[in-house]
Amino acid sequence: MAVNLAEMKSGQSGVITTFQGGPGFAEKLGHIGIRKGKEVKKISSIFRRGPVTILIDNFQVAIGYGKAVRIMVEVNSSEKNSPGR
Amino acid sequence: MRKIVLVGNPNVGKSVIFSTLTGSRVMISNYAGTTVEYTRGELTIGEETFEVLDAPGTYSLDPSSKVEEVAASLVNQADIVVNVVDATNLERNLLLTSEVLERDVPVIIALNMIDEAGHKGVEIDIEELDKILGVPVIPTVAVSGEGLRKLVDALPTAVNQSRQPLSTADRWIIVGDIVSQVQKITHRHHSWLESLQDASLKPITGIPIAVAIMYVAFQVVIGLGELIAEFIEKYIFEGLYEPLLINLSRFLGGEGFLHNILIGTLIEGEIEFEESLGVLTTGVFVEFGVVLPFLTVFYLVLGFLEDSGYLPRLAVMVDRGLHRVGLHGYSIIPMVLGFGCNVPAALAARNLESRREKFIVCTLMAIAVPCMAQLAMIVGLVGRYGGEYLAVVFATLFFIWIILGLIIDRFMPGYTPSMVIEIPPYRIPSIKAQMKKLGMRVKGLVVHATPYILGGILLVNILYTSGVVEYIGVVFTPLITGVLGLPGEAVSTLLVGFLRKDVAVAMLVPLGLDARQFVIGAVVLAAYFPCVATFSVLVRELGAKDMLKSALIMIVTAFSAGFMLNILLDRIVPAPYLAAGLVVSAIVLAMLLGSTSDRREMKDLDSAA
Repeated sequence: MAVNLAEMKSGQSGVITTFQGGPGFAEKLGHIGIRKGKEVKKISSIFRRGPVTILIDNFQVAIGYGKAVRIMVEVNSSEKNSPGR
Repeated sequence: MRKIVLVGNPNVGKSVIFSTLTGSRVMISNYAGTTVEYTRGELTIGEETFEVLDAPGTYSLDPSSKVEEVAASLVNQADIVVNVVDATNLERNLLLTSEVLERDVPVIIALNMIDEAGHKGVEIDIEELDKILGVPVIPTVAVSGEGLRKLVDALPTAVNQSRQPLSTADRWIIVGDIVSQVQKITHRHHSWLESLQDASLKPITGIPIAVAIMYVAFQVVIGLGELIAEFIEKYIFEGLYEPLLINLSRFLGGEGFLHNILIGTLIEGEIEFEESLGVLTTGVFVEFGVVLPFLTVFYLVLGFLEDSGYLPRLAVMVDRGLHRVGLHGYSIIPMVLGFGCNVPAALAARNLESRREKFIVCTLMAIAVPCMAQLAMIVGLVGRYGGEYLAVVFATLFFIWIILGLIIDRFMPGYTPSMVIEIPPYRIPSIKAQMKKLGMRVKGLVVHATPYILGGILLVNILYTSGVVEYIGVVFTPLITGVLGLPGEAVSTLLVGFLRKDVAVAMLVPLGLDARQFVIGAVVLAAYFPCVATFSVLVRELGAKDMLKSALIMIVTAFSAGFMLNILLDRIVPAPYLAAGLVVSAIVLAMLLGSTSDRREMKDLDSAA
């Protein structure tokens, strides 16, 4: 099931599938290392429409809500209902 | 002089390597035509002295932002490029490496934080990496200096590959290949520092942590700053400097044009550093006796917060709230700085990406964030009338901050894109790099701010002695009495406020105001205009045109707020209700109206998708 980063629960992991914001959007995030096919783990989000923090490889990135809802992730099915770490 | 350029992602320890390699002759420069800063220094190897340039941290050399443009053009000027790579994030860092290797320049790689990689269970086959990349790879631990000697010795062995340029997608494929050959990851358990890291990003724990850190930071800046300021005033200004000035004053005959400019007016026959208004008296005192002590401590605390990795976490905590006023989390830094002194806050605004953000930050900060000295006066003097009046002052400023932010966000074209920031792990800052950074910042401030502060005081001085001030007083009296309900003499406080806002607030006392008048005076003084030092920095940062717009907004806002208080306070609404009402209505309005920036960004991304 694909959800966006904001919908993902803290502690869940998944794989990035698509970016919904044009080629420039994906390119810019790509430079930072946020790319299609990368495994991400959600660390936290601040309230309902605040920034989302994720872990990729060994680095953490905070992404504002407006961009977080445009990054789609296929959540690892085994972890769907597991609580945070 | 041949040039060595350091290039790397943000937060890879580049500046620590820079400060270890270079001696004491370092300086921050603005890249020509931009506000992007980079640092320069020198390194002597054997007979030859190299110029070392520390490029701003960047993820790519594709010129899609100003920072990347500057980094790319520094690489093009380089005779040797040192690519600093974070060993804990090999894959992402190697993207930049692959771009650097396409340039026509010898490259050497510093594989930094190799110790941290080990702790995180990342194992890298350095020999293999060296072989695959075809350029020397030197493992380093910048903070302890490990490997840096070797790096310097290996500089002459840097290799120029001038590879065929590839597309980003192809670069990622090659990078992925390399990583799979040289890197092995074993799983490690969370350390306590990592648990603390996560705690400061979750709202339940993160908000109390943010409040506690800000509180401690403020206490340190105020406490230590005051201590140093008192020491300097007593021993240096009154002890050493004043006797010299007294002689000069006598030599000039105690009056006349030159005396007025240099020494200013004698107050009851004596030099008063705060009121004489001479370039050599008040001018020098404001800069070295007031601004500099607080700023030095402030920069020290700021440097620590930056290098420890806390600031990005603070930005995450406040991002949501700041979106309402057309900003994002990172703008909290200049806002917080403003409470110390508006000058460094205006300087910090240059790190913001767009002109729009800069304009909003600077305008809101200058209007609604009173500096430390002014805060102290407001609390002390308005507080005498009772806590409810103090509450009205702060509630009004808060109201102005929110409402003005909502309005500017709505009517200023464009939007502030939501942030994407890397959250570096917590690290213990390197003392050496800290001290070097502090030195550079203080030096930079003295060099940049001195002409403005002295010039500003000269201007006020001339306006006073030439009688222009009196004239302005006559012209503006109807405005002051009619709109604000203050006595005509209050106009003089507005003029002094341009110089020293704290002194101006104190000057309201002899006017014999009642509680509501005092509240109006304090609010208008806080909001109507920045002090001369802030003003001059703002002109430089925003440009004359934007500053003019900003200044108009400030004046109109201050007088509207004063007028509103004049009508409502105590006449229609008692102070405690007014304070509560202002805060609640600002929050409700912000929630109802939402963020125009957010909506515009959504629309923009929708149409691109």
